Amino acid sequence: MSTIGTPAQPLFKPKEYASSQEVKWCPGCGDYAVMNAVQRAFSELGLKKEEVAIISGIGCSSRFPYYMDTYGFHTIHGRPAAVATGVKLANRDLRVWVMAGDGDSLAIGGNHFIHAVRRNVDMNFILFNNQIYGLTKGQYSPTTERGTVTKSSPFGTVENPFSVGELVLGAQGRFFARVPDTDVKLMAKVMVEAEKHQGLSVVEVLQNCVIFNDEVFDAITSKETRADNQLILEHGKPMRFGANNDKGIRLRGLELEVVTLGQNGITETDLLVHDATCASNVLHHLLAQMRLPDFPIAMGVIRSTAGPVFDADLAAQMKAEQERSKYASLDALFLSGNTFTIQPGTDKPDGIT
Amino acid sequence: MKSHEEMSGTMNGKEAMESVVIKFAGDSGDGMQLAGTLFTDTVAVHGKEIATFPDFPSEIRAPQGTVAGVSGFQVHFGSSGVHGPGDAPDVLVAMNPAALKSNLKDLRPACTIVVDRDSFGKRDLDKAGFATDPLEDGTLDGHQVLAAPITSMTKAAIADAGLDNKSADRCKNMFALGMVYRLFDQPMDQTIGFFQHKFKKSPAIAEANIRALKAGHNYVLTMEAVPATYTVQPAARTPGTYRNITGNQALAWGLMAGAKKAGKDLFLGSYPITPATDIMQELAKHKWAGVKVLQAEDEIAGICSAIGASFAGDVAVTTTSGPGMALKTEAIGLAVMTELPLVIVNVQRGGPSTGLPTKTEQSDLLQAVCGRNGESPVVVLAASTPAACFDRAVEAIKIATEHMTPVILLSESYVANGAEPWKVKTLDELPAIHPPVLTRPDPAWTPYGRDPATLARKWVVPGTPALQHRIGGLEKDECTGCVSHDPQNHEAMVALRRQKVERVADFIPEQKFRGKGAKKLLVVGWGGQFGTLFGAVTELRSEGKDIAVTHFNHIHPLPRNTASIFEQFERIVVCELNSGQFANYLRAVLPQFTYLQYNKVKGRPFKVSELKEKFNELLAQ
Ligand code: SF4
Repeated sequence: MSTIGTPAQPLFKPKEYASSQEVKWCPGCGDYAVMNAVQRAFSELGLKKEEVAIISGIGCSSRFPYYMDTYGFHTIHGRPAAVATGVKLANRDLRVWVMAGDGDSLAIGGNHFIHAVRRNVDMNFILFNNQIYGLTKGQYSPTTERGTVTKSSPFGTVENPFSVGELVLGAQGRFFARVPDTDVKLMAKVMVEAEKHQGLSVVEVLQNCVIFNDEVFDAITSKETRADNQLILEHGKPMRFGANNDKGIRLRGLELEVVTLGQNGITETDLLVHDATCASNVLHHLLAQMRLPDFPIAMGVIRSTAGPVFDADLAAQMKAEQERSKYASLDALFLSGNTFTIQPGTDKPDGIT
Repeated sequence: MKSHEEMSGTMNGKEAMESVVIKFAGDSGDGMQLAGTLFTDTVAVHGKEIATFPDFPSEIRAPQGTVAGVSGFQVHFGSSGVHGPGDAPDVLVAMNPAALKSNLKDLRPACTIVVDRDSFGKRDLDKAGFATDPLEDGTLDGHQVLAAPITSMTKAAIADAGLDNKSADRCKNMFALGMVYRLFDQPMDQTIGFFQHKFKKSPAIAEANIRALKAGHNYVLTMEAVPATYTVQPAARTPGTYRNITGNQALAWGLMAGAKKAGKDLFLGSYPITPATDIMQELAKHKWAGVKVLQAEDEIAGICSAIGASFAGDVAVTTTSGPGMALKTEAIGLAVMTELPLVIVNVQRGGPSTGLPTKTEQSDLLQAVCGRNGESPVVVLAASTPAACFDRAVEAIKIATEHMTPVILLSESYVANGAEPWKVKTLDELPAIHPPVLTRPDPAWTPYGRDPATLARKWVVPGTPALQHRIGGLEKDECTGCVSHDPQNHEAMVALRRQKVERVADFIPEQKFRGKGAKKLLVVGWGGQFGTLFGAVTELRSEGKDIAVTHFNHIHPLPRNTASIFEQFERIVVCELNSGQFANYLRAVLPQFTYLQYNKVKGRPFKVSELKEKFNELLAQ
């Protein structure tokens, strides 16, 4: 909701949003960093603990609500988006955060996910993408790269993975961001923006599962390669990246191209300037599509555009109906239209009333 | 009804009847549902007892003129003795040969049959599968046939109304309705008013329909072939204001009333499914009353959004039919585990699988009682008549919210689409509903702390300061509410959830039965077959038979005094539209009794006649 400004004095320090529960993720799991970032974002936003409802599905990351001193609901596999939609419609003042893994969001719950995006319900959807099923101990997921050997694909998978960003954009998503679990600062910043955005905000976290899929994002996130392999987008800024900050993205025809500043007379004015807010999502698609090794991975807020918000429109419709209703009460409704009355002491009706 | 020849003894050319069954049947595009509904409204506002039963084809547009495409609407009305929509029609309106064919086997002897003579051409007969013309070949011997050229006379009547051919064709149902009004000496002002209001903006259409109606009426007046019309006296009823209502509408209104009494907004998460969709459509109209309707992406999202809304403090409902129930199963378990109030309405239809979507059955009882993984008790209620759907819906909300439990409310196609007069209730007349909401910090509170009487936990909704807590599908510690895998705790929580539901029996009315002093045979029924069971037993009792009937609206838990009723009888017969689900349930819950069964699984309701035959047979043994 855009009504939140950054408070002069945060209500709580990040750690004060933690519940008393012992956190039980594997040591080194990326989920810890996501939780840190969420707590930082809550603190920065000055959220009251009681106004936050965290809804999760099933999976490692879905234990999230238990670890936060907010309202929380650990639901069933695949359904957190649907449960969260009901929470938001029941009480629009709540800050609703969905915490869900790639299985929850894209396999068993894929339907709810795309419909939540399409409806544009005002809530935040943090999608922990570790490209594996951790809780059930290592089967491939709908985001596992083709050819990956897992416990359920001993000869490598022969299916194509979903690309979260493209799916969101294809479902007419209005806010999509991608962040690596190694950059808590960026994660917190993006989550603040997600909360401020009106409508459904999807944040894909590239989350490392140290047990079953360790280092799968290493090429993107390791100290040595991250500067060359991540493009951190900022609205209104030219798309520059690289260890020496000398690389950039420009548009050539209908495709993107990596260029080096200073070579072939390329200057910063040749580069694309990121516009997260433009109505057309064509460029956002191209950015979400970028893959190693030809391109860096786009990080940060890729798309953030205003549009009709489902819960707000429903509330407006209800208000309008209340104002123009011809019924003053349910009693009036029940007595409207064709009724007939039987008077005491007679067994004949006295006709239409 | 008597045949033509036997009618000579009627007074003033009018025969007085206690109750009559009329069936309007035609092609699904012939407007039979409208004709039936308008007739029902008229007889209802003139104080008759009524019960209706629409019978739709499964296909929206089956081939025209075929038996598969026949749509029917049966109305039973009278001054007394209306316990359901009636076994078989006394008067049949058949707009084409297919409509006649599909009803032939159900006709009472000496039935009055109104047909459209114009629609009995060679091609029409072929489509319906008649080798020869039933109007001529003796098929209808013994019945009184009014073969009116309905199509051509309708066209003539509205020739200058300025309608195209197709729209003109659509008025022939009103010609037929006009005939029926004349036959039953019913006023037409109600129906005329309907058209004037409904087509305010298209006066030509209103005018054409009204003219067709009057033309049909006059046609019977001038027909020498009709020696008598029939009068039915108004019913003796409790004084009050009444309206005609279908089961689905009554259920929707009951949900609205229940939420209001609970002081909460109503949330419906649902997905369209026959025969439950009308409830969602009705509720969607009432945004003014604070009703939130989410047409979800699927059945699962329907219930899951409702569970979310319940967590966040709305009175939450999901509506469906059998196949949708199957999909909602896992989520019902979540509501059981998290002890959230939730009303799940299952308007039953013929199953399994897609089954008979437009036909009635009572075959989801065991699914409601047991159909979930783990030990997963819920309250199960059943609605007995269209009007009673209102009370059951209010009660479902009362139990769900006050006891913090999911409640499954079973309706059935027969009740959902059927209509009867409902004595309008005001909110003041309804029971108060006090959900155990906690809004202030309380140091003694824990998420699963329980009320000693109901065992319900508190309903603490997000947004309440200082009471933040987490719930979820994992087993929780009885005291702290934290996730627990402790074996003792699990067993204790399983027992608590069961006891909580069983304790609902302390808060529901005692079971009643009709037939004090009877000893020999107790008829047991449940849900929507109340009318016919009650009717059959009432008739047998008036014949002096030693028989009684008890009908269950509370399935799980059963009313506390159930055994004390059962033990008064030598024999018990459980009658239901399935192969014996309630009987088997009773065998498990009250094993001390022997249960005979009378079952029917044809997608059709019971008939009074077949019930009487069965009961007489049992009484004779
Ligand atoms: S299995 Fe993987 S995803 Fe799950 S907690 Fe352990 S490291 Fe994290």
